Amino acid sequence: MNGATATLNVTRYSPGQDQIPRSQSYSVPYQRDWVILDALNYIKDHIDGTLSYRWSCRMGVCGSCGMMVNGVPKLTCAAFLRDFYPQEIRVEPLVNFPIIRDLVIDMSDFLDKLKSVKPWIIRKTEKQISEGEYLQTPEELSAYQQFTQCINCMLCYAACPVYGMEPGFLGPAAIALGYRYNQDSRDQGKESRQAVLGSHEGIWQCTFVGECTEVCPKEVDPAAAIQRSKVEITKDWFKSVLLPWGQK
Amino acid sequence: MISPRPDKSMLYYPKMPATWWLRKRSYFLFMLRELSSVFIAIFLVVLLVQIYQLSEGPKSYTAFAQRLGSPGWIIFHAIALLFAIYHSITWFFSTAVVLPLRLGKREIPRNLVAALNIGAWIVVSLVILYLFLSLKG
Repeated sequence: MNGATATLNVTRYSPGQDQIPRSQSYSVPYQRDWVILDALNYIKDHIDGTLSYRWSCRMGVCGSCGMMVNGVPKLTCAAFLRDFYPQEIRVEPLVNFPIIRDLVIDMSDFLDKLKSVKPWIIRKTEKQISEGEYLQTPEELSAYQQFTQCINCMLCYAACPVYGMEPGFLGPAAIALGYRYNQDSRDQGKESRQAVLGSHEGIWQCTFVGECTEVCPKEVDPAAAIQRSKVEITKDWFKSVLLPWGQK
Repeated sequence: MISPRPDKSMLYYPKMPATWWLRKRSYFLFMLRELSSVFIAIFLVVLLVQIYQLSEGPKSYTAFAQRLGSPGWIIFHAIALLFAIYHSITWFFSTAVVLPLRLGKREIPRNLVAALNIGAWIVVSLVILYLFLSLKG
């Protein structure tokens, strides 16, 4: 260690004590290979044990450590100190969500919305085990594979101004996951997701700002999933209106 | 299983500032795209009125066309044209996202799809311009 330090201005909020969140400054040893999460862990272990934040895997898989870093939603396990040093780094909880404490946000709304799109394979009829697996061609897999990469980190919700203004909006990740299952050749639950995805609070509230895709750490491209869902649902609607057998 | 929920009365609900669209370049460009629709809508209303004036006879049409020649309307049309070009370009880039094109098993890069759309748009615009100028001549 060369004695250099990095400064983090971290949002603190203690329910019952603070009326509004405040910022607290911490100096941590600067190490080139440290990410923001390492710096937060250093603060927690050596400077201030009361600091609260979520983290788990440290390798961009669990999606727990999403925070605003200098105003941009990022996984703090993938944001290096060296990319900001020597400037001070502002670490805040993800915007557009209620704050429980310090950097910990309330994700209940997202979890409810995620569940509402039924992000699992729905079958009208299940095959018998003796009939074997549900096989897919590489083309059928590629139709949805990109959208399976979502880790529910909610960075896209923090980047979405529509969700910020209209908290009822289903949001990018939930729609992307609904679209993922609709595109899966093994799934037969498209109609049961339609009511939620096709509602006013669903795809139609999206005005295609596109920031959800920009901040996604897994290149899921929720903006594309939403716009393609709009095309699909519109096509299905025309079919159901124009063709007597279109409902099928 | 019911997952535990935090006590809502203890949460802090941040408010989104009215100036959120000034925070980031991409938000600002998005708002410009939205604003462009207003200018395009006004242009279309003017165009409809112009067509109506045409049905009213040459006298009434000429009077309307003269009013459109005022500096205010020329500035408006110049701004509307810039917005229409900006809106169209963003539209073509959006199209590449919404409708992915495949060549065999490979997806055609989005920028190429947008470039093809913009190229076709320029060709169609030039054809219309040629027809307009040849009719006028």
